[in-house]
Amino acid sequence: MGALISYNDRRIRLEDGESVLDGLLREDQIVPHSCKAGICQSCLMSAARGDIPETAQLGLKPTYKRQGLFLACRCVPDADLTVQLPDAAGLSTSAIVVEKNDLNDAVLQLRLRPVADFDCRPGQYLTLMNPDQIARSYSIANQPAIDGYIELHIRIVPNGAMSGWLRETAGIGDHVTIRGPAGDCFYAADGDGDYPVILAGTGTGLAPLYGIVADALAQGHSGDIRLFHGALQYEDLYFVEDLTELAAGHENFSYQPCVLNGGDSPLYRQGNVEDIVIASLPESKAATRLYLCGAPELVNSLKRKAFLAGLASKHIFADAFLPSKA
Amino acid sequence: MMTTIYERLGGQPAVDAAVDIFYRKMLADDRVAHFFELTDMDGQIAKQKSFLTLAFGGPNNYTGKDMRNAHQKLVDQGLTDEHVDIVIEHLGSTLKELGVADADIAEVAAVANSVRNDVLCR
Repeated sequence: MGALISYNDRRIRLEDGESVLDGLLREDQIVPHSCKAGICQSCLMSAARGDIPETAQLGLKPTYKRQGLFLACRCVPDADLTVQLPDAAGLSTSAIVVEKNDLNDAVLQLRLRPVADFDCRPGQYLTLMNPDQIARSYSIANQPAIDGYIELHIRIVPNGAMSGWLRETAGIGDHVTIRGPAGDCFYAADGDGDYPVILAGTGTGLAPLYGIVADALAQGHSGDIRLFHGALQYEDLYFVEDLTELAAGHENFSYQPCVLNGGDSPLYRQGNVEDIVIASLPESKAATRLYLCGAPELVNSLKRKAFLAGLASKHIFADAFLPSKA
Repeated sequence: MMTTIYERLGGQPAVDAAVDIFYRKMLADDRVAHFFELTDMDGQIAKQKSFLTLAFGGPNNYTGKDMRNAHQKLVDQGLTDEHVDIVIEHLGSTLKELGVADADIAEVAAVANSVRNDVLCR
């Protein structure tokens, strides 16, 4: 028999092996959530009483752990717990929609201005919540400290609760809530910043990678930086001109769009982005840093192949974009 | 008071250096690679760090029960003495690559062997 969860004025007995999130949802409670894999942090809750299993706090920053916050989708407690949604005032910030642009048929560029300080690094991700309590995580695609706004690249998903709302309903001047940031996919200059950096992703995986490239260049990274953006068709790419221009302006940055389904073209490299990246790994494997963002199969496969090829595990930063299970 | 191999090798940084080499050898070896989940490399590496810390005589909180729980699924998948031998062999060659003395390698192998029965859940 599972533990007893006290939530507001409800008492919910969890089934064997059932997570706090699944138990609450089973009893028709509203708990923001998305990936159900312990990654997106949408299901953050706090425990007023009881012991939180260590696995339910994996990936949380130290301040969150100390506050007794945990991920409801990962929490299968051994003993009774009293839980509540986290104190929003302490964790979240309100943000104003300042700009919306279509980058292609399936990607929306969203710019938000937080009303209070929101300390984050390009490449990390945040949780975005709309007035309907829908929560999804998106990666930071720009340098907010310099730009004065946070840029996100939203993949428009058929019948997407959040992407549909953002595209059709959200207007300039509207308020959303953001929480975070989270994630280890960001640039941190080590020593001379002269080691090779490779970045690879598909779809809106470009968002964090673009932010990381801008950040690395702004911090004076002198080593080679090579960005590979993979797509099924050429039309699925975006920021092609911006990246081509960026490469023209920086000797140590190169951009390689990769298209799987396309003929020979001067506009891109035809082929599987995974094969292209492995073939492009520099000589100095041990010093190379690799950033991988986007489709989980690609991210996990490249992570493993690059490690086997000789990259250090601590130099591989991976952010697999898990689809929402909400 | 004798120092542990963990202390002599240089503590946690030594474990970090060894774990990549050790894990790569296991993933590249078809005889044992299938025991490692393909999708959770970070989790596996964390587990290998714990194992190496244990094998080096460093601080660890493993109980015999933890070892059994951790490996029961693998035993169900066919984990045998041969596999344990292969793992200890890879551990030895990793340490040799890092320039560790033969006597210390033997000591690490002995520690690894001391948990053999827990790993094999017998």
